[in-house]
Amino acid sequence: MASAESQGWRQKLSRLDVKLSPYIYISPFFILFAVLGLFPLAYTFWVSMHNWNLIGGQGAFVGFDNYTHVIGQEFFWRGMRNTFSIFILSGVTQTLAALALAAVLNQNIRAKTFWRMGVLLPFVIAPVAVGVIFSKMFADQSGLINGMLAWFSIDPVKWHAGVLESHVAIATMVNFRWTGYVTLIFLAAMQAIPSELYEAALLDGANRMRQFVSITIPMLRPTIIFVVITATIGGLQIFDEPRVFDQSGLGGSDRQWMTVTMYIYELGWGSQKSFGRAAAVSWILFLIIILVGVLNFWITQRISSGDSKKVEKAAATKEVAA
Amino acid sequence: MSSSYLAGGLAGPRAAKAARRRDERGARQFLKRTKDPSGNRPGWVTYTILGLVMAVSAYPLYYSFLLGSSDPVSIAQNPIPSLIPEGKFFDNVGRVISSDIKFWQAAFNSVLAAGLTAISVVFFSTLAGYSFSKLRFKGRGPLLVFVVATMAVPTQLSVVPLFILMSKLGWTGRLEAIIIPGLVTAFGVFWMTQYLETALPYELIEAARVDGCSMIRAFWHVGFPAARPAATMLGLFTFIGSWTAFFWPFIVLGSSNPTLPVAIQLLQASYFKDYSLILAGVTVAALPLVVVFIFAGRQLVAGVMAGAVKG
Repeated sequence: MASAESQGWRQKLSRLDVKLSPYIYISPFFILFAVLGLFPLAYTFWVSMHNWNLIGGQGAFVGFDNYTHVIGQEFFWRGMRNTFSIFILSGVTQTLAALALAAVLNQNIRAKTFWRMGVLLPFVIAPVAVGVIFSKMFADQSGLINGMLAWFSIDPVKWHAGVLESHVAIATMVNFRWTGYVTLIFLAAMQAIPSELYEAALLDGANRMRQFVSITIPMLRPTIIFVVITATIGGLQIFDEPRVFDQSGLGGSDRQWMTVTMYIYELGWGSQKSFGRAAAVSWILFLIIILVGVLNFWITQRISSGDSKKVEKAAATKEVAA
Repeated sequence: MSSSYLAGGLAGPRAAKAARRRDERGARQFLKRTKDPSGNRPGWVTYTILGLVMAVSAYPLYYSFLLGSSDPVSIAQNPIPSLIPEGKFFDNVGRVISSDIKFWQAAFNSVLAAGLTAISVVFFSTLAGYSFSKLRFKGRGPLLVFVVATMAVPTQLSVVPLFILMSKLGWTGRLEAIIIPGLVTAFGVFWMTQYLETALPYELIEAARVDGCSMIRAFWHVGFPAARPAATMLGLFTFIGSWTAFFWPFIVLGSSNPTLPVAIQLLQASYFKDYSLILAGVTVAALPLVVVFIFAGRQLVAGVMAGAVKG
């Protein structure tokens, strides 16, 4: 009698185990994201509506004053200009270089793994370390790059003093660390393209350049979109490399390479200690990232959709024929 | 009567179908491998390009070592350092250690934070991935979509409230502040879900359940071992991500209790006239991950190619 009762209990418990376990297993992520992801994002908006000091804490409610204040600042716009300039310089070259390099690696080369590891090596070096090393290489005086330019009797470039020059130097750091990584993503996608497509193109007399443009690029469309979107999210928040491009970390005497995230840091933890303004800029950047992300999605879809319909159709026919 | 609900949490009728799909995929992969070497070997142009890329990849770190083995006078005189190191590397490293950047503390903090984060991310992501891929529950699809969508949220932008929260908790300057927010990641959950989807047959879980395993025991004895290859990769990427992180540790830890990247920045800020010292420190701080790369580079390459996400 008693044992039957305990068995009933055990069954109930077991049923509960089956019902609840799936939710318990996924709950750590949702709890953490709610507390340290979603809540802070909403709270950023709340803070941005107040006078809020790093030391003094919450002050008066000021509505959109923080927004109108920062939008009126010259440094805000300079930060925007620098961020977009560095982002475009790094994003475009990185994607194109990675596509080309992936095409090179996609051949039937010897010691595949060795070369693939070679391109990935920079990924394990911290952005700060890359920033410090490259800031020395790009030194205006007695730097490596200017030393090499002297071989071709090119005058020293003002990598730190110049606006575009400093952006090129910082974009180079970003590209150094990420090009190999993106290359491997593209390479994986290229290897998934069915070889029948290339065989058919070969029969039609398409040369390798034509094959690359008409088959490889359209077939890589989802991957290109993915890479561009992630590059946008990361690129517009860039901080580490420009922060250590000189020792003071303010973005140059004329703020010529100060990015928006550096500006957020300066507002919140620099001389002003105004969390309200830092939060306002955070929200503006957040909206911009979403906007640019959607825009990039739209553009990349446009650019590479030209030939892809045809290719997809060809692939479908092939499959039916086989 | 009892075995029907024992398997209740599992997708029983679909298991056979999934198994068949797995077989087909295996066959296709096998075919691909056999037809691979049909292409022609490329010529010397390809290897020249690859050699140049390799040089660009490796040189900056070697440059850092070269300058770290040198002294300020020599650095000022030779913008392009000789390829043979000058041999003052260990002297310079000694000066880094005895400088006021708290080198050993930073190294210890980096190891601890990266290690704990990696272990935690692997455990919780595997658990969630197991649930999403192998257990049946209401709202599974939408919840997984939600997880993936959160990957696109630029969380770096919520540093202000996070900092406020951490100061309320009294965690500023403490390691908890950088470990706790990274205990489990959306990417990790998604990655393990995808892997376990194909790598773990339902039959194994069912067998464990029929043998009387509770849900968590079934996970521990069947799910976790099956996840090992993907879990190793996830652990590696998480470790690298934590080791190289700068923005948040820089804000919340500051110079009082730094990690290595924060210490490097301090080194640069306080000894900016002596690049032999700075770059010796950079080289030493980068070395552990280079060693990891030498031993696990193959897995890292495989991980990126299997769809690892930036950041």
